[in-house]
Amino acid sequence: MPVITYRKALNDALAEELTRDENVVILGEEVAQYNGAYKVTEGLWKRFGDKRVWDTPISEAAFVGLGVGASMMGLRPVVELMFWSFAFVAYDQVVNNAGCIRYMSGGLINLPLVIRGPANGGTNVGATHSHTPESILAHNPGIKVVCPATAYDAKGLMKTAIRDNDPVFVMENTLLYGETWEVPEEEYLIPLGVADVKREGADISLIAHGRATITSLKAAELLAQEHNIHAEVLDLRSIRPLDEDAILRSVRKTHRAVLVDENKPFCAVSAQIATIIQQKAFDDLDAPVLRVCSLDAPAIYSPRLEKLQLPTPERIVEKVLSIA
Amino acid sequence: MEALLETRTAADAAINHELTSEKKIHFLRQMLRIRRFEQTALKQYQTSGQIGGFLHLYSGQESVAVGTLSLCGEDDHVVAGYRMHGHALAVGMSMNECMAELFGRATGCSKGKGGSMHFFAPDKNFWGGHGIVGGQTPLGLGLAFGLKYKGLKGCCLCYLGDGAVNQGAYHESLNLAALWDLPVIYIIENNQYSMGTSQDRSSAFQKCLAARAEAYDIAWDHVSGEDLYEVRAKTWQAMQRAHAESHPTVLEIATYRYYGHSVSDANAKKYRSPEEIEKYRTLHDPIQLWQQRLMDEGILTAAQATELDNAAAAEAEEAVRFAKESPLPNPADIFTDVYSEVDRQTPAGRTGKFFFND
Ligand SMILES: Cc1ncc(C[n+]2csc(CCOP(=O)(O)OP(=O)(O)O)c2C)c(N)n1
Ligand SMILES: [Mg+2]
Repeated sequence: MPVITYRKALNDALAEELTRDENVVILGEEVAQYNGAYKVTEGLWKRFGDKRVWDTPISEAAFVGLGVGASMMGLRPVVELMFWSFAFVAYDQVVNNAGCIRYMSGGLINLPLVIRGPANGGTNVGATHSHTPESILAHNPGIKVVCPATAYDAKGLMKTAIRDNDPVFVMENTLLYGETWEVPEEEYLIPLGVADVKREGADISLIAHGRATITSLKAAELLAQEHNIHAEVLDLRSIRPLDEDAILRSVRKTHRAVLVDENKPFCAVSAQIATIIQQKAFDDLDAPVLRVCSLDAPAIYSPRLEKLQLPTPERIVEKVLSIA
Repeated sequence: MEALLETRTAADAAINHELTSEKKIHFLRQMLRIRRFEQTALKQYQTSGQIGGFLHLYSGQESVAVGTLSLCGEDDHVVAGYRMHGHALAVGMSMNECMAELFGRATGCSKGKGGSMHFFAPDKNFWGGHGIVGGQTPLGLGLAFGLKYKGLKGCCLCYLGDGAVNQGAYHESLNLAALWDLPVIYIIENNQYSMGTSQDRSSAFQKCLAARAEAYDIAWDHVSGEDLYEVRAKTWQAMQRAHAESHPTVLEIATYRYYGHSVSDANAKKYRSPEEIEKYRTLHDPIQLWQQRLMDEGILTAAQATELDNAAAAEAEEAVRFAKESPLPNPADIFTDVYSEVDRQTPAGRTGKFFFND
């Protein structure tokens, strides 16, 4: 099977969907002639031309809103935010328009829109550029949110997102763009709302999404080698819709859970998972559900400290050892 | 619309006429310090592995910060975007605190918490350092509002790029500035590109970007950044308008950046030709032009200029040494400076739970 980068997997997904459906159109800052600030859209403008791939001014409110409006007309816009952190400039378009219009129209209007871009800390770009807004966006019914952790998932989820008839926000990660995974050549789709067991284990469940999945896999390896603890790593992949069954299945098997999340702890994705577990699997638990989140402060710049602010394999191991 | 001041008269404008030789040489010193600071920072970025994230260099644009900020008095305030190392040094921040910030040290101007895009020095009326494009434009409005509210005869210089003019927040700010007569001066540093996008591919306008101000009935002017005298003369007109009449102004200053958008601009030489960059470096460099001017005026010798440059380079090297020898913040510092009440342990800061680390 070919081994490709997360970036290339996304690029392939976009190219395939641009080819398949002429209503797919790509919009964003530097996505065309510059080939994308992070090169996710590399070559697409050259290949598909001006009508399909558009460089926008630095006007997020306008071009995100344009995407929402164009989706009303039946286009399938894929709008890139250079960083998801910049969504806050377009928050009204994202939450009120993308999130509420279908409902307020009594279902008369569909919004087949994708907004995508990186949403992560860990690159020393300071607090304004390091937000992880999947929790606050998934908070809004009407919006779908996915956070792929591997190239395979990135491609399959992106293609599904583009074909979906609701707004889907794809949150990528600049620290993963250059990482490689096996990705089959033949076409595949990954349904939204289906989690993936990335590593089987019987002793404890590590439940994560996005890059926290990769951190959890490293922790699971340490736990196995140094402590003879076999952790299962469940990658949520999709935050909303959420694969509740997979979460409960894993917890019923291991009876212990540590939730790993790059969100800040308050109302993080992991907070929602914790409430589901305590409500629906209370009797299966042998220990309290614990979390490893980003340390609760705006993202610090200082490179060596920012490393500590995000979940690390060591912090996960420590949490696991406290209950296993 | 403002009558355009003739370039050749800029040197004779009262605000320039009264300059002492010492002052003029000081402007050269400041521009050289900015240039050397950034060249040194770039080298450290590439070799030390201790500077992270972005590094947006100002080289080529020094005359804008030095010229405009040379006019500031006690009640004039400043807010800028992320390409603001020049402004920071021009308002009097030290190379040490700026370099240490880039190195993420506790001795940095923001204690290593802000990084390259987020320098602050409120004691010098410098309110940042803002990473979100256009995000500073309403802040400039608010600083001006505060000045007017307090009855102070000052203004706010708010800097933005030629790409930032397309943010909604900027347009909303222009409307309020005019509607409420606020003493804010928007200074568009037009270096012709927003990342890899040329001005023509990003903005619809008549005449120039500043001319959009006409729609809001705001005075505007277009300024050549090559000429420090012109920068000062035209900025001073705007500042007088703000001080005396509390009216806003939009200034557009033509300038150029030599390096890529940030250090990791893979296409820095693709969206513009190497010849174009070379042309600006050799024929339009504001530092060389100012230096030549002072020599023509007979107040500077080549030897003095070299001496100033060497001193600037040595100061930058010293700042690197200072930064490298400075301590990092402690992990516990991650949680300070979030809430004022908590830092000061006031009753308000001791009531309720503020942090949610399990
Ligand atoms: C709201 C927002 N959108 C996008 C960015 C990414 N970005 C940072 S700088 C920049 C270009 C800005 O160009 P310009 O305003 O001309 O300023 P210059 O960099 O030339 O000084 C872009 C797109 C951002 N920081 N904030
Ligand atoms: Mg620019």
